Amino acid sequence: MRIFQANRSDAGLILKEARKILAPRLESPSRRAFLRNLTLGGVAMLSGCSPDDDVEHALSAISRFNDRVQGWLFDPNALAPTYSAEMITRPFPFNAFYSEDKAPAVREDDYALEVSGLVADKRRWRLGDLRAMAQVEQITRHICVEGWSAIGRWGGVRFSDFLDRVGADRSARYVGFKCADDYYTSIDMATALHSQTLLSLTYDGQVLPREYGFPMKLRMPTKLGYKNPKHIQAIFVTNRYPGGYWEDQGYNWFGGS
Amino acid sequence: MPSFPAINRRTGPQCDGGALHPRWLRLTHWLNALAVIVMTTSGWRIYDAAPFFDFSIPRSATLGGWLGGALQWHFAGMWLLAANGLLYLCLSLASGRLARRFFPVSPRGVLADVGKALRGRLAHDDPRHYNQVQRAAYLFAMLDVIVLVASGLVLWKSVQFGFLRELLGGYEVARRIHFAAMALLVGFVALHLVMVALVPRTLLAMIRGR
Repeated sequence: MRIFQANRSDAGLILKEARKILAPRLESPSRRAFLRNLTLGGVAMLSGCSPDDDVEHALSAISRFNDRVQGWLFDPNALAPTYSAEMITRPFPFNAFYSEDKAPAVREDDYALEVSGLVADKRRWRLGDLRAMAQVEQITRHICVEGWSAIGRWGGVRFSDFLDRVGADRSARYVGFKCADDYYTSIDMATALHSQTLLSLTYDGQVLPREYGFPMKLRMPTKLGYKNPKHIQAIFVTNRYPGGYWEDQGYNWFGGS
Repeated sequence: MPSFPAINRRTGPQCDGGALHPRWLRLTHWLNALAVIVMTTSGWRIYDAAPFFDFSIPRSATLGGWLGGALQWHFAGMWLLAANGLLYLCLSLASGRLARRFFPVSPRGVLADVGKALRGRLAHDDPRHYNQVQRAAYLFAMLDVIVLVASGLVLWKSVQFGFLRELLGGYEVARRIHFAAMALLVGFVALHLVMVALVPRTLLAMIRGR
C-alpha cells in the first residue's frame, strides 16, 4: 500500500498518463470501460474521490448541454450541400471500429428488418419491400468526427417516408438502430424526419456493398459519420434515451453538423 | 458583472483609479488565457486524429487523452472562449478602452515602430501607452480569435451555418483556416510571452492591476 501513498496529484498524473498511453491502443468496445475501471481502481487505493471523475462528470454534463443546443440550432429546412458526380471521393474510405475484412456479411435471403417501439406496424421488412418504395439519390459530404471528409453518392428510401409507412409516432424523441456488427446508435426525431435523411440501399448506383453497410445504412448528411449506422437489422422508435456505441464512451450524442 | 469605473474618454486612463488594468480586464485576460490553453491543446489532439500535414502533435502536449476526451474539452472550452471573448469586447467597447488603447494604428506607424524596436529605440516608458506594434499585435490577436470562432462554427455545424461555410470556402477550407489561425495565435502567444519575460512588470500589472 505504501507506494500508493504518493500524493493525490501524482496519482492523477500517473492515471492520466496511463490512460493517455492506453486509449489509442485499445480499439475494442471495452476501451472506455477498461479506462473507467482503471480510474476506479486507483480511487479505491487512494480511498477518496478522484478529481478526474469530477472533471469527467462536468465534461459529460456540458456535452449533454451541447446536445440541447444543437437540437435547438437544428433547422429542419436547412439542407446539406450536394455535389456533382465528378466530386465523389474515389475510393470512398472505409471506416469502422474494426478493419474492412471484419465487416459483417449479411445474406439477403435471411434478412428481414425488424421495426419496433412506437410504431403502428411492426411487420418485418424484406429488402424487396424497401426497393419497391420511391427511391431518391443524393451526393453529399460525409464528415468524420476525426475531421476528415469525403463525398459519396447514396440512394434509397427517404427515411421520413419509411417512418410514415410504419406509422411511427412523429412526436417520439428518438429513433434507435441495432446493427449486424453489434454497432448501435440513436438519433433525434427532427433529424430522422429531415428530407436528406435516407435509408440507403445503394452506393454509387450499385447495391450497397458489404464494406459500406449492406444491406442498409442510414445516411444523414446533417450528422457526423459515427451517427450513420451501417448493416442495420432493427429500427425502434422510443422516448427512452438509447445511447450509442461511441456515444456511451463519450462522443457527443447529437453529433450534428 | 465585474465592476469597472466609469471612464471619461476625454480625461482617459487617469479615471481608472490609478489602475493600469481595471479588474474586468485582468479577469477576462486570464480567463481567455485558460480558454486558449484548453482550446489549443485539445484541438491538437483532434488534429492528430486526422492530420492533414506530415506531422502530428506530440501526445504529451495535448489535452483529453483520446479523441473523445479531447472533443469534450474542446466543446466545453468553446463556451468559455466565446462568452469571455464577448464580455471582453463589450466592456472594452463600452469603456472606450478599445478605441483609446488600440487606435489610431496604421501600417506606416507599425513599420516605423518595428524599425525603432530593432534599433533598440522604441520607448515603452509609459505602460499606459501602447506603441504601434503592440496595438497591431493585440488587434491581430482579437481578429484571429474571431476567425477561429467563425471557422470553428463551420467545423462544428457546417450545415446549420451554411452562409459562414460558403463565406470561408467550404468545410475542408475552413479546417485549414482553423488550423492556420491556431498556428498564428500560438505564434502571438509565444511573442507575447517573450515580451513579458523581457519586461516582467507587465506581468505584475496584469495580476495586480498596476
